Amino acid sequence: MAEAMAGPTSPPWHAKAGAWLRQPGVLAALPTTLFLSIGFAGPLVIVLVYSFMPPRTFSMFQAPTLVNFVSVVTDSYYISFFWSLGLSTVTVVLLLLVCYPIAYGMAKLFGRWANLVTVLVALPLLISENIRLFGWVLFLLKNGILDGSLQALFGLTIPSLVYSVPAIVLGLTYVYLPFMLFPLVIGLSMVPQSLKEAAADLGATRLQIFREVEMPLAMPGILIGAMLTFILTLGSLAESKILGGQAVVMIADDIESAFTYAQNWPKGAVLSVLLIVFSGVLVFFLFRRIDLDRIIGRR
Amino acid sequence: MSGVASGPILQLRQIVKKFGDFTAVAGVDLDIYEGEFFTLVGPSGSGKTTMIRMLVGMERPTSGDIYLHGQRINEVPANKRPTCMVFQSLALFPHKSVGENIEFPLKIAGVDPAKRRLRVEELLTLLRLPLSAYGKAVQQCSGGEQQRVALARALAFDPEILFFDEPLSALDFRLRKTLEKELKDIHRETGKTFVFITHSLEEAMVMSDRIGIMKEGRIVQVGSPGEIYNEPSNKFVAQFMGEVNTLEVETADAATVRNLADGRTYRVDRNLDGFERGFLIIRPEVVKIGELARGLANRIEGTLFNDYSLGSRIQYQVRVEGDGVPWLVERLQDEPFEAEPGASVVIGWRPEDGILVRD
Repeated sequence: MAEAMAGPTSPPWHAKAGAWLRQPGVLAALPTTLFLSIGFAGPLVIVLVYSFMPPRTFSMFQAPTLVNFVSVVTDSYYISFFWSLGLSTVTVVLLLLVCYPIAYGMAKLFGRWANLVTVLVALPLLISENIRLFGWVLFLLKNGILDGSLQALFGLTIPSLVYSVPAIVLGLTYVYLPFMLFPLVIGLSMVPQSLKEAAADLGATRLQIFREVEMPLAMPGILIGAMLTFILTLGSLAESKILGGQAVVMIADDIESAFTYAQNWPKGAVLSVLLIVFSGVLVFFLFRRIDLDRIIGRR
Repeated sequence: MSGVASGPILQLRQIVKKFGDFTAVAGVDLDIYEGEFFTLVGPSGSGKTTMIRMLVGMERPTSGDIYLHGQRINEVPANKRPTCMVFQSLALFPHKSVGENIEFPLKIAGVDPAKRRLRVEELLTLLRLPLSAYGKAVQQCSGGEQQRVALARALAFDPEILFFDEPLSALDFRLRKTLEKELKDIHRETGKTFVFITHSLEEAMVMSDRIGIMKEGRIVQVGSPGEIYNEPSNKFVAQFMGEVNTLEVETADAATVRNLADGRTYRVDRNLDGFERGFLIIRPEVVKIGELARGLANRIEGTLFNDYSLGSRIQYQVRVEGDGVPWLVERLQDEPFEAEPGASVVIGWRPEDGILVRD
């Protein structure tokens, strides 16, 4: 190639670039490329640059430094990282356990009632997340709806259930349920009934059918649901603030206060970069394992 | 009835299956013998798929009993029965390789990997698949290979009865013909009881020791391919085989019947005592045309108006005055006959070639 380009008959580089640019595919991709560069890649680059700036500066043009990365460890920010990872993991496991039976019902059993369940699950998404979480606070609070009802009906009193780690997990599970449920429904409806009948006919028990046929075939849906909810909970903020009170600080909390209250942009930037890199690596490895085209093509 | 080794392996007694108000199977009695190739034939909606699903254990009869070796098995679920089915869709596991598909029942039963591997290789050989197919993805297999993999998987745990739910129906004609014959070979080589269902009587004829014809949830006739062909018990069975001439007739005297449509009478080679009304069935290939009809006891005149080549034979449509439905007549390619459409022709058949049925 290089030799051909150096030859006397080959057109100059700018003519070649012009020809390349005039291809319909390149032209059509241009607006999207520009939009994504400015709206998506640009801010990410700015965050990345800030993560290398000295603490508490608002300028992007100082000499780069690794001080912020070191301070993540020395100032114990990794603790909120671990809280986020731990709570996300627990939430994803809980969501899998809660959503699998519902998704199975919607895919295989409910028939036309599945649409009603879809609407009921999707309806709360129309209300602001914060308002829904405050609703839970009122419900679980000491002298709140639950406690008050139990007192009035049975004379029982219970301690306050909010401002604790289980309350955060409840909030996360509640808010992100649709993001697990719907991928699971798609995953499970991709499992043909005849394959499960065939497995049973060949001697498999219910558990063996689940392990050998249903779960592997529903795996694309399971992985997408788990990945979506894991990444969403990793970046979640409102649940730990509203339902958790001061019980636990999650990483998104730290990022927010670094950018606002503390006015330390490089600190917030470094935490954001670490979170983005972690999520990015996770997504990359998951998507290498599942064939998204097959999922979309089959539906 | 070749291949029938001993007594019944499977007995059905008054099997009824209802889905809500709909009766899919309406009282079936049937014995299937050890080692035979039995085929249930019927049009779609005749209840044959429901029948086979009950025999495999995927549905329970509403009433009636199923006995395997004399043991009642109505409530035994599919995974506890020593029988296996090859599905219409084949139901191969797309996430498993050819080898993993075949050894699935063995893995489920806890057979150790080395023994599984040996059994798979044995089955690959039996089904004329190369040993290298073991690691192949099932989606990369051709239609014929997938059929063989499905059959190998069904044979893997050595079931006593193999059921087939129209597995060949989606294949093209040539491959279907090849696999029909292979299936018969494998039946002979394994000595197992095969129960096949299909909507094609032709397919059933090629493979089966015995055939049961189903209509509207009942079995209307059971017999060898020869019996089904030569002595159909009613009009439905006779017409199911292919195109036939069907006349509605009544007894005229001791040896003749009268066609109700046009009043013509025809000789039949059968004792007509007790026969009042019914149908006279005459297959196109026994009806002779032109010179070939000379001297035959039953002869009519008509107008030739169509001819079709069927390869080795030529079929004619002949219109007979007074009879609304054209007659179908066939002759072999090398039998002499020459006429253009519109010509007046004589057709005829021997009394013993007419089949009389009551309904």
